[in-house]
Amino acid sequence: MKLTPVITEHWDDPALYTLDGYKSHGGYEALAKALKSDPDAIISTVKDSGLRGRGGAGFPTGLKWSFVPQNDGKPHYLVVNADESEPGACKDIPIMMANPHALIEGVIITSFAIRANHAFIYIRGEVPAAIRKVAFAVKQARAAGLIGKNIQGSGFDLEVTVHAGAGAYICGEETALLDSLEGYRGQPRLKPPFPAVAGLYASPTVINNVETIANIPYIVDRGVEWFRQFGTEKSPGFKVFAVSGHVQRPGIYEAPLGITMRELLDYAGGMRPGAELKFWLPGGSSVPMLTADHLDLPLTYEAMAEAGTMLGTGTPMIFDQTVSVVKAVTRWLEFYKHESCGKCTPCREGTYWITGVLEKFEHGHGTAVEMETLNTLCGQIAGRSFCALGDAAATPYPAAIKYFSDEFTAATHTSADAQFDPVASYVFSGVRA
Amino acid sequence: MSQRDEPNVITESTRIKMRELAGRYPNSRSALLPMLHLVQAEQDEVTTEGIAACAEELEITQAEVTAVATFYTMYKHSPVGKHHIGVCINTLCGLLGGDAVYERVAERLGATHNGPSADGNFWLERIECQAACTHAPVMTVDWEFMDDVTPQSAVDVIDKLAAGEEVWSTRGPMIRDFQATEHTLAMAEDDLATIGNCVDEKMLAGLKIAKSGAQQ
Ligand SMILES: Cc1cc2nc3c(=O)[nH]c(=O)nc-3n(C[C@H](O)[C@H](O)[C@H](O)COP(=O)(O)O)c2cc1C
Ligand code: SF4
Ligand code: FES
Repeated sequence: MKLTPVITEHWDDPALYTLDGYKSHGGYEALAKALKSDPDAIISTVKDSGLRGRGGAGFPTGLKWSFVPQNDGKPHYLVVNADESEPGACKDIPIMMANPHALIEGVIITSFAIRANHAFIYIRGEVPAAIRKVAFAVKQARAAGLIGKNIQGSGFDLEVTVHAGAGAYICGEETALLDSLEGYRGQPRLKPPFPAVAGLYASPTVINNVETIANIPYIVDRGVEWFRQFGTEKSPGFKVFAVSGHVQRPGIYEAPLGITMRELLDYAGGMRPGAELKFWLPGGSSVPMLTADHLDLPLTYEAMAEAGTMLGTGTPMIFDQTVSVVKAVTRWLEFYKHESCGKCTPCREGTYWITGVLEKFEHGHGTAVEMETLNTLCGQIAGRSFCALGDAAATPYPAAIKYFSDEFTAATHTSADAQFDPVASYVFSGVRA
Repeated sequence: MSQRDEPNVITESTRIKMRELAGRYPNSRSALLPMLHLVQAEQDEVTTEGIAACAEELEITQAEVTAVATFYTMYKHSPVGKHHIGVCINTLCGLLGGDAVYERVAERLGATHNGPSADGNFWLERIECQAACTHAPVMTVDWEFMDDVTPQSAVDVIDKLAAGEEVWSTRGPMIRDFQATEHTLAMAEDDLATIGNCVDEKMLAGLKIAKSGAQQ
């Protein structure tokens, strides 16, 4: 399948991040079109396009927008989720650094469609490189009358606020993000009510991922038919895939949904010399790992679900034969333990216990009984936690044991580092710590 | 760096910026996270005085501000020094060499995780995934990207910073210092957007193939 640069098409133009640069490639033409049409017609277009959220869950975007009650007399808000902190996810930050106006144009069109007069872009605090580019784009758009009062004579007013977080993975969870944006500790809220009904400041709020919103101008400009020629019936469109790990050319590859990992891997130059693929994850550490046996599956929401995993953020991480699965899983659990917000017991206590047991395996001190303990612990977290972070924490171990149980068995007597020399996994040669 | 022998007074100009931030939101409390970044921009850490100022400006209690200031990992409760150094040790970076980078950097600085260097000029932190896994192993200096580091290149960067030499982010501007970055985060903008290249070969990898026509 061919690569299809759309959001990434003009990234080689060093001026793309400026208003003039973006406009020279047809930027803001979609906005002009949108402002002349009916907001409901835009919602219909996005519904018909079949665009699904690129933040991980794949929820249909147009459907989400249609949940916002209209003529309810309340202010509406658009909140862009730019918290990108999922381990392995590295596509929203590059989009904001290279093509911030695609996001801003999408923000203006989306706000117009859902009748929001204030939009917020919540960017994780650890990435000033993205924050300054987005802020610059907002500033230029405002100066050009694309943000503010009576945009292009349409009568539509919009304020856009760029907001930096302060370091907390959980703030990517949409309701935790709202609490954080309201100036509180970022802890998830009980749903329902869903944000579309009672979100930011208890008002109707749409929360969408950066890449989701960056798709909007292209869909509005080029139409549903154009969009649907890419991808599958259930996974239409294209995806900014970010391929990382032990490949020759890690990087950004935009392609239609439905491309296979084998094809993407080929584009990325294949595995590094002498390497063999051991396991890979289609989109973040929160989705179950797969092996070389799954390379020919189409990267779509439905095919990944069928294979027992998820497309997630669509940012494949590739690991070769030098990597200890025990070590990889332990490291991910250390992350979830660190990032658990502490609101609910299964996740707060469970991530602590799983990590403790996994660390014994990493050091070669696990026991056969404790392999069962890990299963039980994961079972007690999955489906019993307040938000999806708990479920995610219960994912890596059961997925790993499905393909690599012998490695955990070996970790009852041999440490991960003795099983797999860590130096062999380094991407620079021969350096010992 | 804040002068530890002087009281940590929040200046009037910072207060004015706090009020400006509060005015950006329909509900002023939304400005709390940016305001705490502003405290770090002025004081190199979140001080008691900074917490008091945020509480006063937002008309909430100091306990409420403290609850927030202790939840988020970017807020520090002792002085960071001139530069914050982060080394990503999440699975992908860590296993691809970030662990070795961290060891060497820690040794060079005489620092442990989330603590100051021996001379107090640097702060070291094992950081989680930085949304730059394509550029692993990743280090950050004052939260600006230092992509594709090796233990040696990481230590070279620190040596240069220690010597007061110019260091550029691999995808961003010239390194300033921790407090300057905190100011960028607080106000959610600075005047550096046009400086430094932030699109590199890895971000263009697919585009290059598509344009070359070398497609399957
Ligand atoms: C722990 C956790 C972290 C998340 N992090 C992000 C994130 O960084 N960015 C994002 O867009 N969605 C993230 N999500 C998903 C959001 O809750 C939400 O589904 C998404 O922002 C909706 O946007 P979309 O429909 O456009 O994908 C996260 C979810 C969980 C449970
Ligand atoms: S599952 Fe974890 S992160 Fe989510 S609410 Fe419970 S403790 Fe917090
Ligand atoms: S794992 Fe280090 S940047 Fe993602």
